[in-house]
This record gives sequence, C-alpha cells and structure tokens, in this order.
Amino acid sequence: MAAAVNDKSGNAYVRMSYLDALQQAQMEELERDERVIIIGEDLAVYGDGKVVSRYPTRTWSTPISETSFTGMGIGAAMTGLRPIVCLSIASFMYLASDPIINQAAKLRYMTGGQIGVPIVFRCCMFYGVSNAAQHSDRPYPVFLNVPGLKILCPTTPSDIKGLLKSAVRDDDPVMLFEDTKFWTVKDEVPTDPEYLLPIGKAAIRQAGSDVTLIAIAGAMRVALEAVKVLTAEGISVELIDPRTLKPLDTETVLTSVAKTGRLVIVENAHRVCSLAAEIAAIVSEQGFEYLKRPIQRLAAPDVHVPFSPVLESLMYPRAEAIIASVKTVLR
Amino acid sequence: MSMTETLQREAYRRMLRIRRFEEEGTRQFMQGKIPGAFHASIGQEGAIVGACLALRDEDMIVGTHRSHGHPIGKGASLEALMAELMAKSTGISKGRGGSMHLADRSVGIIGQSAIVGGGIPLATGAALSAKVRGSDQVCLCFFGDGAVNQGTFHESLNMGSLWKLPVVYLCENNGYAITTSLVESHAQPSIAKRADAYAVPGVTVDGQDVSAVYDAAHTAVVRARRGEGPTLIEAKTYRFDEHNVNLNAGMTDPYRPVEEVEYHKRHRDPIPLFRRALLELGLSESELTVIEREVDEAVAEAVRFADESPFPEPSELCENLYSRPIPARGKQAV
Repeated sequence: MAAAVNDKSGNAYVRMSYLDALQQAQMEELERDERVIIIGEDLAVYGDGKVVSRYPTRTWSTPISETSFTGMGIGAAMTGLRPIVCLSIASFMYLASDPIINQAAKLRYMTGGQIGVPIVFRCCMFYGVSNAAQHSDRPYPVFLNVPGLKILCPTTPSDIKGLLKSAVRDDDPVMLFEDTKFWTVKDEVPTDPEYLLPIGKAAIRQAGSDVTLIAIAGAMRVALEAVKVLTAEGISVELIDPRTLKPLDTETVLTSVAKTGRLVIVENAHRVCSLAAEIAAIVSEQGFEYLKRPIQRLAAPDVHVPFSPVLESLMYPRAEAIIASVKTVLR
Repeated sequence: MSMTETLQREAYRRMLRIRRFEEEGTRQFMQGKIPGAFHASIGQEGAIVGACLALRDEDMIVGTHRSHGHPIGKGASLEALMAELMAKSTGISKGRGGSMHLADRSVGIIGQSAIVGGGIPLATGAALSAKVRGSDQVCLCFFGDGAVNQGTFHESLNMGSLWKLPVVYLCENNGYAITTSLVESHAQPSIAKRADAYAVPGVTVDGQDVSAVYDAAHTAVVRARRGEGPTLIEAKTYRFDEHNVNLNAGMTDPYRPVEEVEYHKRHRDPIPLFRRALLELGLSESELTVIEREVDEAVAEAVRFADESPFPEPSELCENLYSRPIPARGKQAV
C-alpha cells in the first residue's frame, strides 16, 4: 500500500482500490468495536483472509445456507452484536430476503421499539461478465419497496469506506450493494479510522447549470465518460451520485432540478419500478414546475441478463446513450 | 434433575396463567374486542412451561405465531399482553404486533416469528451472540411440527451443531400444521430422529407432562451452557382449539376426528394431570385453590387494564420504524 499523503488541511490520504477500502473499513470496525462480527461464505479465501486470521472468533465462515446464516446474523444483532453478513453475489439476496424483509426490516416496528437490528448486509452486483441471469442481478429496487431498511450503493473508494463504517455503527439494518465495476478503481482514501459519511446524503460529483444527470451505482462509470464529452462540447452537466438509495436525498435532487430544469437518470437495474422510476415520480410530484422537458430514464430493459456477451452488451446504458438523452432534454 | 417443590407450584401457576389468559382472550375475541386472529395454545401449556422453567431469567426465547404462552411461561406480567391483543397503545408492542407476536423483551422473548420456521435461525444467531460475547446465556427456540419441514430447520440445526452453540430446539409437536397432519407431511414421523442428521441428541418427551418436559429441557440447557451444543426435543402435545379461534366454524369436513379432540381434552389435559400429581405429592387442595384464585384475579386485572387503555393515536403510525426518525420525502418527520 502506498504511503499516506497529507492535503492542505492536514488530512492524510492513501491511494487504494474500492475493494481495499472496503476491507480496510471492515478491519477498522472490527478493531474498534468487539461487537462487530462477520458472517458469510468462503470468508478466508476471497479478500477477507486478513480479517479471518486476525479475528478468528469474530469471523464465521458458513456452509451454503444463505437464508439461515442471514437469519442468524439478525438473531445476533438483536442480542448485542453488530454483524456484517456477506452474501457475495447480489442474486443470493433473494435467498436471504425472507429474514431481511420479514425479520430485520420489521422487528423494531412490530415490537413497538423493543428490539433493534443493527446489522449490515453486504453483497456485490457482478454483471456484464457473462455469468448469465442467476449471477448478474442488480436487485436493489426489490428492497427499496421495503420500509425499515437503509440501502447504500457507493461508487468510490473513499465513499465505500465512509459509508460502510457508518453502516456498521448505524442502529438499523443497512444493505450495502457494492458494484464490481468499481472493485479495481483506485482513488484517494482518508486514513482516518473515524472517517464517516452520513447515510442519506447525496454527492454532487460535478456542479453544472444546463442539465441534472443522476447516475446510480455502476452507471456512474459511463456517466463520467459522458460528462467528459458533454463538457468538451460546452454543455454544463450537474452530476449527482445518490450514494444512499434509501432514505433518498430528495432535497439535493430537487434543488438541482430547480436550477437546471432538465433531468436524466441512469442506472443498470431493470427499468420497471427502479430507483430512476421513483426519482422521476418524486420530481413529477414535487418539482413539476421546474421541468422544461420530460424526464429521461436510462436503465436495463425488462428482460433477463443473457449469457452471450453479444447480447449482454445491449443490456446496460452506454455513454453514447447518455449523451443522446442529455441532448434530447436540451433540445 | 426434577423440579423442586417451589418450581412445581410455579409450574402449576404458569400453566394456569396461560390457560385462563387464553380462555379470557377467546371470550374477548368472540365479543369483537380483539381484532385479527386469535391463536390459542390451550392444551400445549405443559410443553411451554416445562421448557421455560428450565431457563434462567437472563436466558432468551424465540417463539412462534402461537405466541401467547411463551412470555407467560417465562414469567411476563399479563397486562401489557392483554392490551396488545386488544390493539391498545399500552400493549407490549404498542399495538403493532398482536396475537402472533407477543414478544416481551423484559423477560427475554426476543422474537415471535409468524413466518413458520423463521425463528429458528434467529434463535441460533442469539446463541452465536451469547458465545461471541462470552456470556453463558442459552436460547430456547420454540417451533411447531410444521416448521420442521422448512429449510431453515435443516440449515440452522447444522450450524448450531457445527459450532456447538448454546441453543435448545424445542418442537411443540401438536400433530397438525394448521390442518395438515404430521403423517401426511413428514416422511420421517419421528421428529426427534432427525437430530441424528446433525449429530445432536434427539429426545422425545410427553408434552402433556410438565415435569417430563422440564427434565428433558433441563438436561438440554445444562448441556448447552457447558458448551456442548444443541439438543432437539420433540414434545408431543395437542392443540385443543382450532389453528385460530373460530377458524373452522361451519367446516363440513373436519381434518381431525371429534373423538380425538375429546379424548385429549378429557384424558390428556396437562393442567388437571399435573394438579392430580401435585395432590398425590402432598400439596393441599387449599394451597392450589389459592393459586387458582390469584391467577383468576391477575387475568381479570389484565382485562381491566386493557379495557381502560387508549388505542394508538394516528400520529403514532410511523413511530419505531427506524432507531431515529427519518424525514419522509423532506416533508413531515416520522
């Protein structure tokens, strides 16, 4: 790992990948709080090897029993621990969805506040690499429909560190959807073990005045490419990363649309009842008078992810499509 | 280990508290004062109380949709439970849970899962928590014969045994998953035998005999506390009422013979069986009458408390969703 560098205000940063930042966040939280444990499959092998060797009694490498080890994490969270449950591929969230929805999300409410469930459910959205439909889902929209959950989709190394650490310290169930498109992306990450980002706050990646572009999770990569091209053409784009999908920072979205009057939303999940659909609904309800043109949504079509790379490449919005949509709303 | 005389009295008191609470609850339900569905455990009190009395105060329980008996068995007071059934704001869960979810945290009931089999991983996780925290708490997991056919039973018993977790799995086998009988749904009719698949002891016990259940549960709790892992106890019991009260009113094709139900009510009721045993052991009739009067008074007091309690205010709708209120869409704080 590279040596730390100080910025002008004296904060130290190290350049590291999204995946390393995630591991560092977990390691720091295990070090800080003995109530933190990690539960999941193949922990020792995939990335968490250091964690397992350092904290053997707080890492539980499980059999392939997603429903029950997720429920066990919830039982542990109800009784004094702060588990991180690792569900690896996001499609496995469906197996875990019964305890997540019926227990973790509901128990505080159903018991009139007697029971809290401070837990993190981690998984990665692993798509675009020919793994076919059962390993390629981006299923966060399913869980947006569930009251009581908090849902995060960080897109940078420093964000995943700050948000994962906040999630571990949060008193409610938090789902963290990593996007493997960022795993190897490197950037400056604060070395401060108290570096925390607030859950529920969007980031404005670039300020602009002509059009608001909201990019969710992995779609941020192509959005950044598109913004580069549009900026070179003299179009001023305000690029927003929601980071927290639930609770959504609607204030940042509405403030931006009030300024630009134009909105394009892009994500890699299926388009029906997606986050883009929800944001479009909110802006229509609460910011209709700001809009100069209809909202544009770019998302995966309502069809499963195919195995053939020739077909899968048609699934997710590309930079050219974003550029075209921005130009449509500017017309 | 057998129950001491003090515990025997307490066993009788707690079984009777469940019985009278649910009889009164049934009356309140029929009068329309309890909304939703009412799931009585009448007939199953021996299995519940025998297991609960083997625990310490700090031990934990995860139960089921047939949830009234578990907190009472663990020693809960009745007022907030009756108020919950009547959907009042003074209810144990402030009117958010109801009949299938009587969880009283103050006596260690950490959850009542109405998703059949959903409580088994929670209990196993609570036991994992105890182990990680270095506590000597044990978690007792109640579930029915129907839950045994869920995948969570298999997955959780495997992990509970693999990691020698301090959990006691207690199946209240009342023979019917709503209306589907055990013989129609279990390829292996002995639930205790399934323990072999997970390398844990499997014990069958007469659930109508509170002393026998206590003995089996006590052995299992001692083993769990020693770090030797789980035990699966199959307590054979019987549900005197329907799955929920009034469910099958007007049913033309009963799923269980009337004679079978009558037989159990007449000859296999755990409360008169234990009452007779106590008299034979030397307890006096007057001593038992005192307990009976106390229980009747406690149930009447619970109904009074619930009747006098207010319903939740509309402003309470969104309370307790998150640990701290989150503004909904930047408008009203909830």
